[in-house]
Amino acid sequence: MKYVDEYRDAEASQRLLGAIRATVTRPWTIMEICGGQTHAIVKFGLDELLPDTITLVHGPGCPVCVTAAETVDEAIELAGRPDVTFCSFGDMLRVPGSRLDLLSVKAAGGDVRIVYSPMDAVTLARRHPERQVVFFAVGFETTAPANAMAAYQAKREELRNFSLLVSHVLVPPAIEAILSSPANQVQGFLAAGHVCTVMGYTEYEPIAQSYGVPIVVTGFEPVDILQGLYMCVRQLETGRAEVENQYSRVVSREGNLPAQRIMREVFEIVDRNWRGIGVIPRSGFALRAEYRDFDAERRFALSPAPALTASPCIAGQVLQGVKRPHDCPAFGTACTPERPLGAPMVSSEGACAAYYRHRRSRPRA
Amino acid sequence: MSERDFNQTCPLPIGSYPTVLLAHGGGGRLMQQLIDQVFAPAFSNPALDARHDAALVAAGGARLALTTDSYVVKPLFFPGGDIGSLAINGTVNDLAMAGARPLALSAGFILEEGFAIDTLTRVVASMRAAAAEAGVHIVTGDTKVVDRGKGDGLFINTAGIGIIEHELTIGPAGVRPGDTVVLSGDLGRHGIAIMATREGLAFESTIESDCAPLVSPVLDLIAAGVAVHCLRDLTRGGLASALNEIATAGGCGISIDERAIPVREDVRGACELLGFDPLYVANEGRFVAFVPADQAARALDVLRRHDVSSGAVVMGTVTQDPSKLVTMKTRIGASRVVDMLSGEQLPRIC
Repeated sequence: MKYVDEYRDAEASQRLLGAIRATVTRPWTIMEICGGQTHAIVKFGLDELLPDTITLVHGPGCPVCVTAAETVDEAIELAGRPDVTFCSFGDMLRVPGSRLDLLSVKAAGGDVRIVYSPMDAVTLARRHPERQVVFFAVGFETTAPANAMAAYQAKREELRNFSLLVSHVLVPPAIEAILSSPANQVQGFLAAGHVCTVMGYTEYEPIAQSYGVPIVVTGFEPVDILQGLYMCVRQLETGRAEVENQYSRVVSREGNLPAQRIMREVFEIVDRNWRGIGVIPRSGFALRAEYRDFDAERRFALSPAPALTASPCIAGQVLQGVKRPHDCPAFGTACTPERPLGAPMVSSEGACAAYYRHRRSRPRA
Repeated sequence: MSERDFNQTCPLPIGSYPTVLLAHGGGGRLMQQLIDQVFAPAFSNPALDARHDAALVAAGGARLALTTDSYVVKPLFFPGGDIGSLAINGTVNDLAMAGARPLALSAGFILEEGFAIDTLTRVVASMRAAAAEAGVHIVTGDTKVVDRGKGDGLFINTAGIGIIEHELTIGPAGVRPGDTVVLSGDLGRHGIAIMATREGLAFESTIESDCAPLVSPVLDLIAAGVAVHCLRDLTRGGLASALNEIATAGGCGISIDERAIPVREDVRGACELLGFDPLYVANEGRFVAFVPADQAARALDVLRRHDVSSGAVVMGTVTQDPSKLVTMKTRIGASRVVDMLSGEQLPRIC
């Protein structure tokens, strides 16, 4: 398969590993941002093949994991309403809110539908004017253009029965929050390739400069990740702190301008509550005033109540890269994909699920 | 920025679900849990506890195999098959996995009020053709009708009885360290065929389900004198779930090689597009055989003579691993654990 097989090539991987080994002279801690990258690392066993001097730490790159529990509770409340058809990507269905998850609501008779695109939800709204169709608009910048398009289209068609429950999060503020934390150990970043496909990478240049960290925009296949790591290590060893682009076959510096235009048309930047981290200022999207009619929170007069806490889950520390999944006392015992204690074990991109599915070193129940 | 509170919003967990979820039908861990917690303890007996595709029952001097399966596939018709051919081949194959020659099948129909009789006739014709190909008769059946809205068209249950005409005891308990794992052909066609039809996806050439009877290659294998230790057909949950079930039931580890696992290019492309791992995608005409290492070559010879297993390959070994894990050597030389599917990839696949 073109553009896939070349980037899973064993020989190319080994060559890059050799180059990394030849370049590294001291320990480095590098964080990959995107959950898809975490999965690729664990699925192909890349961290096993890297020299011990390189510590890979997993970043908060799974939008499912960082969606505030209050928002999940709002989703559950909406999905339980008899007049609502609640549409979501599959990943969100098993994330626990305060008490339930969307899967339980579905099993109890709630009209919960898995869709592969927000436009499918718009189509549902068009076809069923008697239902209130809500789409769970979760994700980083990657999914924002399509969600913006859904709102834009719904407005154009003057649909009265379509709305979005918006919980978008942005990467650059998360990186800054990680770098400004006193506990931070991350010295370099692999930036999320598909976020940058949309946004370009100009936003990362001031971060690299003011914090003195190299940031390499990286793809998702083994050769991509190894190449990204090599480029990052090369910078670290020579004391450089710049933004480089490994994923150049897809990412350009300015990004996808039409996508950015539609996002700016529909969304504005707001403070956002990140699960396990707290509020990060100006780190999320909300619908602009002109699109407020399509805001599910407003339409259904939802008021987010603080979610219940108290759990051994250390998702926050895992998401910030302070701890790794197997550092958690509940990992693989009290917390498994069937009985998750927190979101990183639920989402297919979550660091804990990735470790659990692919790792050898978990205790068998 | 100020100090943040960490972990403040982690919610209380959902320990277990009081109701049935779609995921309980997925062939993965949740389904195993339901069986382990509800069915197995209530019905426990030696034949059931062996947990193989078909149960072995002694009758007079003979050993019989008994199995049952229900079919709720949606859509009813798909490239390469339909609920009818699935209903025959699925049950016939479970008998074959015990090394039994199928003797007879039963067929129970649950029909929804309003279901078109023309459609039913099509399904039944397909069942007749599949039964003829598998060399088996449907000797008894049942018909029930439920109100409109209570039955989603058509559900079929088939049960099958077969006879063991050799001395081997084929099942997970027979697996030995050092055994070779043989896979009968390429993966993923059935699941992708269903998915493509459901989602209205079109590929350059239509991907067809691999739904087919497996009786001939299996009986041939046994007749050729290969000491078959275990057989398992790969259905819901795919190759990964089947191997995990065997590792757990057999108390051993299994090590497989990613590069040896055949997946057709178009199926691989569809999986990439849809985000599926071919190891977990359903099949309906594929099986794995566990044979002593020194008989692997002969096993391949026999299998490759049959169309349905012409793509047979060696793809793994049984190890001494006490943790009962399935591990895979990835194509770039590292290794990872191939876990059991947790929920379901695709509901109502068979």
